[in-house]
Amino acid sequence: MSSRVLMKGNEVIAEAAIRAGCRHYFGYPITPQTEIMNYMARRMKDVDGTMVQAESEIAAINMVYGAAAAGARVMTTSSSPGISLKQEGFSYIAGAELPAVVVNIVRCGPGLGGILPAQGDYFQATKGGGHGDYKNIVLAPASVQELYELTVEAFNLADKYRMLVMILGDGTLGQMMEPVSYRDAEQIETVEKPWHVCGTKDKRQHRTVQSIYIDPDDLEALNDKLQAKYRTVEKQDTMVEMIGCEDAEIIITAFGTSSRISRNVLRLADDLGIKVGMIRPITLWPFPSEAIMEAAAADSVKSFLDIELNAGQMLEDVRLAVNGRKPVHFLGRTGGNLPTQKEIIEKIRTIAGR
Amino acid sequence: MKKVFARTRGLTDKPFHYCPGCTHGIIHRLIAEVMCEMDILGETIGVSPVGCTYNNYEYFACDMVQAAHGRAPAVATGIKRVHPDQPVFTYQGDGDLAAIGTAEIIHAAARGEKITAFFANNAIYGMTSGQMAPTTLLGQVTTTSPFGRDAAVEGYPINVSEMLATIRGAVYIERVAVNNFKEISKAKKAIAKAFRVQQQKLGFSMVEILSTCPTNWGKDPVASLRWLEDEMMAQYPLGVFRGGDLEV
Amino acid sequence: MSRVEFDDDRCKGCCLCVSVCPKKIIALHKDKLNQKGFHPAGVEEMDKCTGCRFCAFICPDNVIEVYK
Ligand SMILES: Cc1ncc(C[n+]2csc(CCOP(=O)(O)OP(=O)(O)O)c2C)c(N)n1
Ligand code: SF4
Ligand code: SF4
Ligand code: SF4
Repeated sequence: MSSRVLMKGNEVIAEAAIRAGCRHYFGYPITPQTEIMNYMARRMKDVDGTMVQAESEIAAINMVYGAAAAGARVMTTSSSPGISLKQEGFSYIAGAELPAVVVNIVRCGPGLGGILPAQGDYFQATKGGGHGDYKNIVLAPASVQELYELTVEAFNLADKYRMLVMILGDGTLGQMMEPVSYRDAEQIETVEKPWHVCGTKDKRQHRTVQSIYIDPDDLEALNDKLQAKYRTVEKQDTMVEMIGCEDAEIIITAFGTSSRISRNVLRLADDLGIKVGMIRPITLWPFPSEAIMEAAAADSVKSFLDIELNAGQMLEDVRLAVNGRKPVHFLGRTGGNLPTQKEIIEKIRTIAGR
Repeated sequence: MKKVFARTRGLTDKPFHYCPGCTHGIIHRLIAEVMCEMDILGETIGVSPVGCTYNNYEYFACDMVQAAHGRAPAVATGIKRVHPDQPVFTYQGDGDLAAIGTAEIIHAAARGEKITAFFANNAIYGMTSGQMAPTTLLGQVTTTSPFGRDAAVEGYPINVSEMLATIRGAVYIERVAVNNFKEISKAKKAIAKAFRVQQQKLGFSMVEILSTCPTNWGKDPVASLRWLEDEMMAQYPLGVFRGGDLEV
Repeated sequence: MSRVEFDDDRCKGCCLCVSVCPKKIIALHKDKLNQKGFHPAGVEEMDKCTGCRFCAFICPDNVIEVYK
């Protein structure tokens, strides 16, 4: 038995986190994701958890660092300008190998930009953002139901790999009301955390959680370990959705909100006699390069069309995967504007020459 | 004959990497001794700063977490919220606590976060080779105030204890020094009191400890203690700024 | 009768103990070098030691233990 309710995306993220066993939330208000924090403030009381409104995003992410080091399932949420401030903490979390979940409900930038939806933080999310050689797992939900599923999954992945897992959404998803089906209970994959600080109880050597290694060989050993871990994540936990790619002549690549818009276009193109498929990365890192590579190798596929709410960011990863085999076209809007179905169809017709 | 002074098991055997005569070592010992005497070593979780003491997680025999520059009070907050019944402390220098981490310390105090900050004030940035700190005295020569700190150009020193004492969530604030037997004994009492305040969940506590940096002050260790007494104490008077009447 | 013990290899020769000993019996051994390359501190006339612990209190490097 499961319960089906109509809820706002942002609130679903909060509820999913609580269902996944998150009892510690640290945040700082910013549009368009404030509902998450407000929901946590009410809901944490019921479940005996804590919601701390921090003095800044920097403080919030460092509270996350502390709570994760102390062994808890912990989350912070923010939007683009706040996520920029958290980058220092992300790098430390990666270096100290701590599990944590971060939600970025992206708004349009640069600078203070605007509060409307965008996907301009793709580079920051997938290529680093903070200093040093590290990766975060980045999940890109495209519906309210998926916000729920992927938030729960984020906590499991974070614990499994001792990594930061980011959910990259945007205001469209966060503000959207959609039905969501909750399971009665989550399968919480509890893992041993033999590294967490909880006091020695005078029974063991003291533990330390740190990201600093003065000896170059020690630091290189950490880096090697991190890279090996990242290779495992790539192998085991890359997620992608493929729609109608088998006999497609054009393949759209899009994630999150832009994939939602693109999805509606597939049938319209079909009506015009143009076979269009879509590859939707669900994990932006690890990026589903192989799926794209395979599609690029197919004879039926003539070209790719990457659609994003930015000036062309995932585009670079798509081009790397396609590796010059086929042309990769781009359609993007910025400033909080969304591409219309008409725009996309027109672009498809131009590409197809029909 | 009885041993009347022994090395504390609150510290690991690892020798400190600090410069000769640097009083960070004394402060470490006092915190460690107090944890042992209060029998909380096995419960306590400490947070190391960025600064010369960045790796004191190797010295304290309790569980430790290393924090980013200035963020120790936020990290300690996260730890404390997960382990509310265990003592949590930060150890921070003046650059860490009073410059880059000013927001974190003020708001930890304002929230009445049940943590203790040990604030080693040596009026300079030790680790990065002697730059001016927020606590550098007027006239004091540092590598970034080579002609002496001039109020017209570099502004004034911050008296952190006095400032935090205006915050209600900060229930116990005392400034001590580690320059002689008497003051070291007082410092130890203050450290113990701060831990008791935390144990009783009364609110935020901080002990500011005037400390030396012989290397970057350009003075030998003994002369450094005299400078601390003559110059630093004039700007930073010792005493209890909040919670003097607390019976804990 | 009191006695102090110095863990020579921890000593950094900072002289803080020398400066606080009321009996003035601590000095650096100029003829010795420890592992760290410092002249370690030590006591010549141990019988004058009162076990006051001043030296141990001020020592930043946990070199000194005191017996009384
Ligand atoms: C974000 C960041 N900025 C700057 C530094 C460089 N840094 C390391 S230690 C330090 C100053 C520490 O001074 P203080 O807190 O007074 O401690 P002390 O070394 O005197 O004990 C600075 C600026 C850093 N590690 N991280
Ligand atoms: S640089 Fe200064 S504060 Fe740092 S260890 Fe040396 S004397 Fe101590
Ligand atoms: S215990 Fe007192 S008298 Fe003895 S060596 Fe130390 S300071 Fe001097
Ligand atoms: S105070 Fe300690 S380190 Fe300094 S000279 Fe004396 S014994 Fe050596």
